[in-house]
Amino acid sequence: MPARMGLRGNEAVAYAVKLARVEVVAAYPITPQTIVVEKIDELISKGEMDAEMIHVESEHSALAAAYGAAVGGVRAFTATASHGLAYMYEMLWWTAASRIPLVMAIITRAIGPPWNIHVEHADIMSTRDTGWLISMAENNQEALDLTIIMFRVTEDPRVYLPGIVGLDGFILSHTVEPVEIPDQEAVDAFLPPRRQPYTIEPGDPKAMGNLVPDEYFEELRMDMHRSMLEARRVIMEAGREYGKLTGRDYSGLVECYRCGDADTLIVGMGSWMGDAKVAVDMLREKGLRAGALRLRWVRPFPWEELREAGLGKRLVVVLDRSISFGHAGPLFLEVSSALEARPSMVGVPAGIGGVDISYEDIARIVEEAYGMVEERGRVFIPVYWYHLGRFYRLSPGAAPPEAVARAAPGAGGGGG
Amino acid sequence: MSGVEAARRGLVARIDPAGHPLPLSEAAPGSAGRTGFWRTHRPVLEPARCVGCYLCWLYCPEDVIEMAEGAGPRGQAVPVIDYEYCKGCGVCVDVCPTRALKLVEEPIGEG
Amino acid sequence: MEPGGFLEALQRAVELRFHGRGGQGAVTAATLLVRAAMIEGKWGQSIPSFGAERRGAHVLAFARIAGRPVPVHSMVRRPHVVVVLDPSLVYVESERAKVVRGIRPGGVIVANVPKPPRLEAGARLYTVNATRIAEELGLVVAGWPVVNTAMLGALAKATGVVSIDSVVEAILGYWRGRVAELNAEAARRAYRETREAIVERVAAR
Repeated sequence: MPARMGLRGNEAVAYAVKLARVEVVAAYPITPQTIVVEKIDELISKGEMDAEMIHVESEHSALAAAYGAAVGGVRAFTATASHGLAYMYEMLWWTAASRIPLVMAIITRAIGPPWNIHVEHADIMSTRDTGWLISMAENNQEALDLTIIMFRVTEDPRVYLPGIVGLDGFILSHTVEPVEIPDQEAVDAFLPPRRQPYTIEPGDPKAMGNLVPDEYFEELRMDMHRSMLEARRVIMEAGREYGKLTGRDYSGLVECYRCGDADTLIVGMGSWMGDAKVAVDMLREKGLRAGALRLRWVRPFPWEELREAGLGKRLVVVLDRSISFGHAGPLFLEVSSALEARPSMVGVPAGIGGVDISYEDIARIVEEAYGMVEERGRVFIPVYWYHLGRFYRLSPGAAPPEAVARAAPGAGGGGG
Repeated sequence: MSGVEAARRGLVARIDPAGHPLPLSEAAPGSAGRTGFWRTHRPVLEPARCVGCYLCWLYCPEDVIEMAEGAGPRGQAVPVIDYEYCKGCGVCVDVCPTRALKLVEEPIGEG
Repeated sequence: MEPGGFLEALQRAVELRFHGRGGQGAVTAATLLVRAAMIEGKWGQSIPSFGAERRGAHVLAFARIAGRPVPVHSMVRRPHVVVVLDPSLVYVESERAKVVRGIRPGGVIVANVPKPPRLEAGARLYTVNATRIAEELGLVVAGWPVVNTAMLGALAKATGVVSIDSVVEAILGYWRGRVAELNAEAARRAYRETREAIVERVAAR
């Protein structure tokens, strides 16, 4: 029988790492990731988990050590956030282009200065182009499930790329909610023995990172892209099988709530998309046919799903918890590339640096965007920044930038 | 020739069984082809001057020098150069402490 | 989830906010409340609010208890129940404003105070002297009475959001040995001693 426990998101990830029979964990502590590593340490010291924990002196070394173990042939894991991820950055490229399966949790957090320990997606979005698979959890159950699924997907010969499981700092990492922990037998049935393209062993010398002709380098990058596209199918297969074993289906790269008959879609990723579901219900009660589409995977990008979901929609509102300074929110840029049907679009950066965003805020945002469509017919606004109940139109191309604040309907400012 | 084709011929790198090019190579002679063709000058040993110090063996960037134990006139180890791959860079001549190695011009149009 | 079910699940949830000073165990109290709810087969969620995590600072924690899963992760802005662990948060006017902020009409405040304080109207007030209970039981860490488990007992009495039995079971599952027993006893005593206060009505500001 699967156990049901009240767990913080970080603890849920630690249990997943244990269930995946990870043999080497290397990490350096950083808020809000620390509990992941503390919990794994605790499981090891209690004898519940058979793994080697390597305490290193930096995040660059953390991934280097985990990578070294993975190249040596074992399942390996690390976790970090924010500045730690920035310090680790070079090794992300090294791991992915080496085609070495490895799983990392990123407990999303703002990058300073000024100092801020709260949720933002600037850190995880900086990994977008490194060749890692990227998934984002909505809740603690998903943080556990996606970690287990990620091991299987990354170790599939069609993929052979490392993977990131993202969960929102504090909002998930430190929040306790019921989590179902699958049986070890179910996870063993789901996760085949580790596969990887090669191992490095004593007595069988190989040269890594050798200088190669430029043509070979480019073809290697093309193959990474091909594998990432192929990963879509692998994720769907693995997610379906995980559903058979646990009752929780993960075959979708996106999750849709009331999308089918909606004329307005809220698109985003992470924990606030749970609030978006409640916002959808609230908007529907007011007669606005809203739906929520959550990106469970960012890489590979669920392009087909978005293209299809965007067909026939009047308005798509994209929520971004980070900003590409001088352009727009990164999710807005990505989502707009897939919407061939060209509905009205409004990009809304919000909740930066952990500013609390609730279902009420999201409902207000959608009502405001919908009101503009009603008024003008069609709108395309890359940046309509929502901050403490006001909107700031800061799109590129508006000259001079139209920074006029407009109060949200019924806004009383953010709480908390 | 594409990079992957070159790799398949064992020249530059390794391809995974699933078809993924890897940033990986294994030790094998001639990773850049038969570099002996690059040579304008060849190092030649005068065995009597050689003291068997191994410096040429140590410094050779192409790893084309093997030491033949006891093969020298005084029973010392002496270098044996693989001219298939020796590119004639002259590093061994430069580091030789007894000038036992000299660079000699390759005859043009021959072997 | 049936379409529309998420809003309904949220509307049926009990939303709580804990106020304490760093070190008093507000975050642990919220976590234990979720565990107690899970013992009863309910869904629960506890959300700590971290800022400057300093001993003595005014800290918040949130919780939601419901029959069905609620998907939201934002902070609780309009609590049904406010639990106050430190008396100074009620007596000091600037802190008191934070304590009563957003509380729903007909909501409940459960406060650790030696005597009923003056509070704005609009909520029912339950009080207990949890500091004295903690001191008498020797629940003192580094000189600080640890009042969080007593306040869970008071919460069970004032609201019934979870039963005192579930609170005790959650406590006994969280600690071991004598510490567990003392904390369980603190909850039981507070449950017995919690009373609804007659509030001296003060005009709301």
